Amino acid sequence: MVKIIIDGKEVNAEVGDNILDAAAKNNVYIPSLCYVKGEKCLGTCRTCSVKVNGNIMAACTIPVSEGMNIEVNEPDVTDMRKALVELLFSEGNHNCPSCEKSGRCELQATGYEVDMMVSRFPYRFTPRQVDHSSKYVWLERDRCIFCQRCVDLVRDKETDQKIFSIKGRGTNARIEIDKTLADKMPAEQVRAASDLCPVGCIIDKSQGFDVPIGQRKFEIETIKERALKGSIDE
Amino acid sequence: MNKCNKNEIFSHELPTTPLDPETQAKRDAKIQVAMIGFCGCWGCTLSFLDMDEVLISLLDKVNITRSSITDTKRIPGRMALGFIEGGIANSENIEVLEEYRENCDILISVGACAIWGGVPSMRNVIPLEECFREAYIDSETAVPNAKKTIPFHEDIPTITTKVIPLHEVVKIDYFIPGCPPDGATILKVLDDLINGREFDLPSAMNRYD
Amino acid sequence: MSDSNQNIFERYSFDRTRLMDVLWDFQRRDNYISSNNIEDIALCLKLSIDDVKETLSFYHFFLDKPSGKHHIYLSNTVIAKMNGYHEVKQALENETGCSFNGVDKTQTFGLADANCIGLSDQEPAMMVDEVVFTQLTPNKVKNIIEKLKQGKTAEEIANPKRYASNTLDYVHAIVDSNIRTASRVLFKPERDYKKILNTLITTTKPEDVIETLTESNLKGRGGAGFSTGLKWKLGREAQGKDKYIICNADEGEPGTFKDRVLLTESPKDVLLGMIAAAYAIGSKDGIIYLRAEYWYLKAFLQQQIQDFRDNGLLGEQILATTFSFDIRIQMGAGSYVCGDETALIESCEGKRGTPRVKPPYPIQQGYLGMPTSVNNVETLACAGRIIEKGSAWYKQLGTPESTGTRLLSVSGDCTQAGIYEIEWGTSLNSVLNMVGAVNTNYVQISGPAGDSLSVEKESERVFCYSDLSCNGSLMIFDHTRDILNIVSDYAAFFVEESCGICVPCRAGGVELKNKMHRIIDGKATQLDIDEIKQWSKLLKGTSRCGLGTAMPNPILATLKKFPDIYHEKIIVQKGPLLASFNMEEATSAHELAYKNLVQKGAE
Repeated sequence: MVKIIIDGKEVNAEVGDNILDAAAKNNVYIPSLCYVKGEKCLGTCRTCSVKVNGNIMAACTIPVSEGMNIEVNEPDVTDMRKALVELLFSEGNHNCPSCEKSGRCELQATGYEVDMMVSRFPYRFTPRQVDHSSKYVWLERDRCIFCQRCVDLVRDKETDQKIFSIKGRGTNARIEIDKTLADKMPAEQVRAASDLCPVGCIIDKSQGFDVPIGQRKFEIETIKERALKGSIDE
Repeated sequence: MNKCNKNEIFSHELPTTPLDPETQAKRDAKIQVAMIGFCGCWGCTLSFLDMDEVLISLLDKVNITRSSITDTKRIPGRMALGFIEGGIANSENIEVLEEYRENCDILISVGACAIWGGVPSMRNVIPLEECFREAYIDSETAVPNAKKTIPFHEDIPTITTKVIPLHEVVKIDYFIPGCPPDGATILKVLDDLINGREFDLPSAMNRYD
Repeated sequence: MSDSNQNIFERYSFDRTRLMDVLWDFQRRDNYISSNNIEDIALCLKLSIDDVKETLSFYHFFLDKPSGKHHIYLSNTVIAKMNGYHEVKQALENETGCSFNGVDKTQTFGLADANCIGLSDQEPAMMVDEVVFTQLTPNKVKNIIEKLKQGKTAEEIANPKRYASNTLDYVHAIVDSNIRTASRVLFKPERDYKKILNTLITTTKPEDVIETLTESNLKGRGGAGFSTGLKWKLGREAQGKDKYIICNADEGEPGTFKDRVLLTESPKDVLLGMIAAAYAIGSKDGIIYLRAEYWYLKAFLQQQIQDFRDNGLLGEQILATTFSFDIRIQMGAGSYVCGDETALIESCEGKRGTPRVKPPYPIQQGYLGMPTSVNNVETLACAGRIIEKGSAWYKQLGTPESTGTRLLSVSGDCTQAGIYEIEWGTSLNSVLNMVGAVNTNYVQISGPAGDSLSVEKESERVFCYSDLSCNGSLMIFDHTRDILNIVSDYAAFFVEESCGICVPCRAGGVELKNKMHRIIDGKATQLDIDEIKQWSKLLKGTSRCGLGTAMPNPILATLKKFPDIYHEKIIVQKGPLLASFNMEEATSAHELAYKNLVQKGAE
């Protein structure tokens, strides 16, 4: 164990934990969109940005160390986290009312936690192509936030090859799905991939609007409550 | 807007029986509110009505002038609040929004359509020409063998290139997300503002769908 | 699978980390990489097809469809645009019958832009296949295209005397070095490398080498300014089965071309530096990551390595000691972000150039997860001199905090663009006098990622790590140049080069670029300026790598140093509509759509 300071309060943290997990264990919520507990740190969304000894860093990327001074609820960095969420909403085409993932979407739930009403950035409405060519997976690119969870963590069971890959770079980059490998995915893996996707981009074709409003994942327990309990997964 | 030189009169110019001075004074002393829907489904206005009987006590403090509920078609004077649902989809929407901005102290974008374009904005990723083609030429319900007509006339509004969120056209003061926002959510915001409190929408009441 | 394909895979031992080389071999053989070949690559390297395409589609120069027999890339830097880029572009299109970003009907030419190709001292310049042509004019272009049409290769045209590609004459035939100052530390005539290495390996301990470098206070010349001695010390202490030395010859920062000249005129100094690094940290494998835009240097560099091998200075058991070290050249394929050390390492591993999450740092876990020292070309060349002459000699030059000299690659509004070796501690004013800069208004230091200086206010500032910490790029602009357009150009550059992996840079960069357009279009208000400052803080605070962090620099710096050029563009909102709302744009599509559809038969 090491002693760290979070928002002025000295707390204990386990050696080997990153700041995100250490904070959650100490009942301090830091939002995140790309982090998957137990998996390698992706560090793509940056919504877990906090101040560490005065410098802004992504909490999921930094292992705790003795005496570390962490500011989570500092106004500037709090607004930066909110701005990143808003940037994602205006970059993609996020039509919550018509989305299968609504109610269990991490982007949406995080939007609520950071009190987003509207994006401060212009809404872009970039045309994005949907890919429904594979048998079981509908890739709704409108909603992709590029977290890279699918690219890094969803692999062909036989060969460990990537089923999802990135094409291009920068603002024109998009996720591609390998139809041959995707069609070999067993049903549980398809469902797991759909659950892993923080938004409604990877859609399990067999799962539509299957839970009534009011009983959906983040309505039963908010994403903040789940994060503080230790896991956002069911 | 009247480009044809016909013998017409606007409805608000028609002679009416004036209210008795006492009732008029009471009404004038209340907080003046105007409502409107642009390119929306009116669901947010219906959600407003979900406050049911609370509306009665609300109306002790508030006078709703122009709205689809009162069927008043003009803003009679200075308004404290403008409650707007729907996004901008044509040139008339722009004109009326300008009027609302000029005449209301505070404007509130209510619902997904006003806030970011909502369902109507799904056409934004498709060029307007293609939208017209789908709607008027290749439409499944078009009259077969009829000459296809695209609406375009000086007397009808111009369709905007894209559906535009309200705050990208004029300054908007507050936003109530939802599709529609819950009646209780709308009430919370209105109640706070009307009673001089700060806008405060707790995350438990904030919904985007 | 064809024998030819089989050979390519065998050449790289079916090693997936060599995907960049595999892709280049296919492209150089077939002119582009076909989908059949992509399938073969996927099969043989055990990758999914999209995974192969993930690497292929990231880099500017990899082509997955026929793009003409001759690939022409015209450098589109701000410097080129000051020197006739537009006329040259027009001439290219006229002569080839091809539009930019397309292929001509006869499939002979493919035209495209390229971001800075390291030739801003002699622009307009273009890459054609494996060579470059500089100091272009419409007439020159006409001449070149005519000869290409006659069936000559680009190489034949650029190198009419047919020098062998592994010679200095070949490189000189294609590109001028333009060294403008007498040598202080670098560009010394041929040295006795055997003697220097002998002294190094047989009489000096690795720890002593590190001590010397640390004593000399040499700092990274790529721009970051990290202590070389410290880096090599950490490399020595790091745990790893293998250790690697990588020479960063990506030189992608616009306006930088000093490494191009170093690799041309003093390549063996660089190799010497790499050997010293390898000896110090305990590495036996070195890589020179050479940007694709410098393809014309490749054979020549390969020859330098071979010369060293032939003399027993590289390879197994160097100078009959137990120290073995060899170097291979890894070609890039067109990506600015691959100048970032972790993105560079990703590229060396055959992947797209996504900068890595840090920690861990490359010196602990770099190439193939092993301790890796990534050093700039110039740093290695300086190190090579320091181990020969000692740290005391080096410290005589420059200042105590910024020892030695630094190369500047100067371009823009000056009489003599080219390479200048200055002692640290020299003022901007002195440099401007040296280069013949007249009527100078604005200077961009260290490229778009660096700083923008107002000559009127800042000419007394000094080149040193605590003041003008420069990576070498110095672009000079006089009072006739439009600063807003230059800044907008830089914003577009960053958006194009962003790897796209993190939200602030990928999405925020576009927002900053759009703000610049709004300002230039005269539709920006004070609120836009305030938002630029706020959003810049977001990028600087939360970006994953230096590219995102640097994106706002040109805008913020010019806002501070040249506030008037922004203020005179700012408008005040009149009436209820926002100044940024474009009524014309919002309402013009209806009539246009109507007219088009009526033309096609509607009413």
